[in-house]
Amino acid sequence: MSDLQSQDYIRRSASTLTPPSIRRYEDQVAKLIDVSRCIGCKACQAACMEWNNLRTEVGTFEGSYDNPSDLGPSTWTLMRFTEWEDQKGNLEWLIRKDGCMHCEDPGCLKACPAPGAIVQYANGIVDFISENCIGCGYCVKGCPFDIPRIDPVDHKSYKCTLCSDRVGVGLEPACVKACPTGAIMFGSKTDMTRWAGERVEELKSRGFEKAGLYDPPGVGGTHVMYVLNHADTPSIYAGLPDRPTISPVVEVWKGFLKPLALAGLAFTAVAGFFHWIVVGPNEVQPEDDEAARQLLESKEKSR
Amino acid sequence: MTGRTRPPSFVRHTTAARVNHWIIGICFVLLVLSGLSMFHPMLYFLSSLFGGGQWTRAAHPWIGVVLTVSYAGLIVQFWRDNQWRRDDLAWMGAIGRVIVNKEEGVPEVPRFNAGQKFVFWSMTLFVPVLFVTGLAIWEIYFAAYTTIEQQRIATLIHSFVAIAAIIVWIIHVYAGIWVRGSMQAMTHGRVTPGWAWRHHRKWLRQLAASDSRGPKPGAQTSSQTDLKGDRR
Repeated sequence: MSDLQSQDYIRRSASTLTPPSIRRYEDQVAKLIDVSRCIGCKACQAACMEWNNLRTEVGTFEGSYDNPSDLGPSTWTLMRFTEWEDQKGNLEWLIRKDGCMHCEDPGCLKACPAPGAIVQYANGIVDFISENCIGCGYCVKGCPFDIPRIDPVDHKSYKCTLCSDRVGVGLEPACVKACPTGAIMFGSKTDMTRWAGERVEELKSRGFEKAGLYDPPGVGGTHVMYVLNHADTPSIYAGLPDRPTISPVVEVWKGFLKPLALAGLAFTAVAGFFHWIVVGPNEVQPEDDEAARQLLESKEKSR
Repeated sequence: MTGRTRPPSFVRHTTAARVNHWIIGICFVLLVLSGLSMFHPMLYFLSSLFGGGQWTRAAHPWIGVVLTVSYAGLIVQFWRDNQWRRDDLAWMGAIGRVIVNKEEGVPEVPRFNAGQKFVFWSMTLFVPVLFVTGLAIWEIYFAAYTTIEQQRIATLIHSFVAIAAIIVWIIHVYAGIWVRGSMQAMTHGRVTPGWAWRHHRKWLRQLAASDSRGPKPGAQTSSQTDLKGDRR
């Protein structure tokens, strides 16, 4: 996407100046994944590979329907299957489409040290601009959802773009287009939230009392949201974090230490400089030479 | 100074120690530049010195490995003379006079003063910590062996300790500039008797008592002949 004149950045990694953002009036978008309607067909995975031209190496069977077994530099979305039993012992098959959540407050972007390697557009999409990426893996540490993956060959970090190239020209993401059951919806965040509300009501009326929308406030909300039939325990869906936030460790590192460190370094250097100005060099005086000479001569004589 | 062409000089640091020190010095400067470029956006431009961000990211850990190995050598060469002694406390108590260049009455100093020992032991603590935490965040080789939470903690410790190390390093470099003759001690290895008298009197007395040229009392190196030569 970096070849296009976006002019709609609202955040840009490792930048102290306001990025080009004149088109910031744009509507916030969201993808809504309704797990209750997902049949686990993986059409979204195929569509993602197809549109983004990604071909993951064929792996080996790991005893699960998850295929491939994990997200990767060329696997940007993945159906994760969980066999879960409720209190009554009823088995439920939970299927969650995993991938970047496009946080409103993106931890990857906060952690990134390379200017412009991670950007957030006015529509809320968080995108990796690969040519600026240095492959350090800080985004991995910043992400509360364990999403970015570094490619071992080109040392670039990759993840779902929310099809920013498609969305930029008014199309829905490829996974949304491919979904045969309408489990993946795309639109403005307002519309998606309203639609999710209707779905949640319906699920509740069907006995899923804890149904709800997953739009975690700990990261300022996300631009990929889930309708969960057990929204009280998101973690049963293959480890979806219950209350995701950017790790406090990352916040201390990027929020507190960064300015404090520069101030500390500057202070030490300036203190040294002014010591030089005020006190000046500590030089050997003629008395020192003389005293040393006497010491050495007395030793010579005593021998 | 009549009857003598020049005063004799003492070996302050052996050639091995100086080479060792400067390998560390070069590595440290490169690590500071590359590390700070990945630490603060305003210093990202420093990555250009290494051929861009990718090169900086790739080079930094390898330079760190070289530094760690050579620092191990420095510990071997310097730890004995850096052992903490009771006198060091008295010297620290008189630091107020030391920093204003009024050293009358300051306790006599052996080969290293308490400030130098502070630098040595700080770095002896910092370098291994930086090495271990650095391995944990060396994405290409070691990401698979650590959890993301461990990497987060390692990153925080690494940057915090790195800043502490840079502050100690600034103090170290400035002390070398401030105390005239110290720089030559580490570049050419030699100091004048007057310098030794002024800054490391106890060391000078030990050398004189054992008729040594330095750096260690009783060290009867080939430089012994040079001493005689100096006094022709």
